[in-house]
Amino acid sequence: MREQLNQWDFVMLAYAVSAIALGGLIVWAWRAMRRAETRRDAVRRR
Amino acid sequence: MHIYANPTRFLSLAKWLMPFLFWSGLVLSVGALVWGLVAVPPDRLMGETVRILFIHVPAAWLGMGGWAGIAISSAMLLIWKHPLAAIAARAIAVPGMVFCAICLATGSIWGRPTWGTWWEWDGRLTSMLVLLFLYVGYIALTQASAREGGSAKIAAIFGLVGAVNVPIINRSVVWWNSLHQPPSITAGKSAIDATFLVPLLVAVVGFSLLFGAIVLMRMRALIAEQQVEARLRRRALDDDASAPGVPVMEQA
Repeated sequence: MREQLNQWDFVMLAYAVSAIALGGLIVWAWRAMRRAETRRDAVRRR
Repeated sequence: MHIYANPTRFLSLAKWLMPFLFWSGLVLSVGALVWGLVAVPPDRLMGETVRILFIHVPAAWLGMGGWAGIAISSAMLLIWKHPLAAIAARAIAVPGMVFCAICLATGSIWGRPTWGTWWEWDGRLTSMLVLLFLYVGYIALTQASAREGGSAKIAAIFGLVGAVNVPIINRSVVWWNSLHQPPSITAGKSAIDATFLVPLLVAVVGFSLLFGAIVLMRMRALIAEQQVEARLRRRALDDDASAPGVPVMEQA
């Protein structure tokens, strides 16, 4: 029996997984950069 | 390249280059993905799943390109002792690993409706999985080395040795029987129709610019962390030198 798969489900899953992974990476990299530079500026001022 | 050995000079460049890469990369990537989702017709053989390639192919190239970047930075560290080379290699590792994971995930999702299986232990898929493990090992090694004050040269050697996997991934579909299709884009030639090739190339450029922006974010974070550590260490040494316990030695 031939399996019926909706190809759009797989397309949407691939786009969702990629958007979450890439969005998470960008937010993490941005926050890590801001945190490190804020700490550096605070240590310089002290 | 040695002009940017000075972190202050590099940071002044990164400050304007990072937002430029980020916003241009975001516009091109989102534009290419919308183009791929909405405007591209379904492929004769792959059907609607051809749209997954607009993410999968750039992610695969950047996963491999990331390790090539680690290898080049490692060579620069070992040969010329470039002060930013170790930071650049560390900065590439996490985005490289994420793009490698996206490549594996989207390839697996594409494989289910196309090949009828989520995973196959063939040369291309297995060597790409090995690359993901290499990234994980490299990140663990550099973090342990940074935390415990070890030499960056050990990670650099690991980065160079691991580069042997990149040509294996590239040639795997030629050397071994594989479910994965053979190379569609080679130097100067493409087996892909322009309808799919143009948005694919836009996606490759867009994701590459985003990758560059993320690497610059990581480099700025790592440089700031090193500057904090250096300043705190210098301050601790100054405090030790001016502590009342020091003159005791002179009295003795």
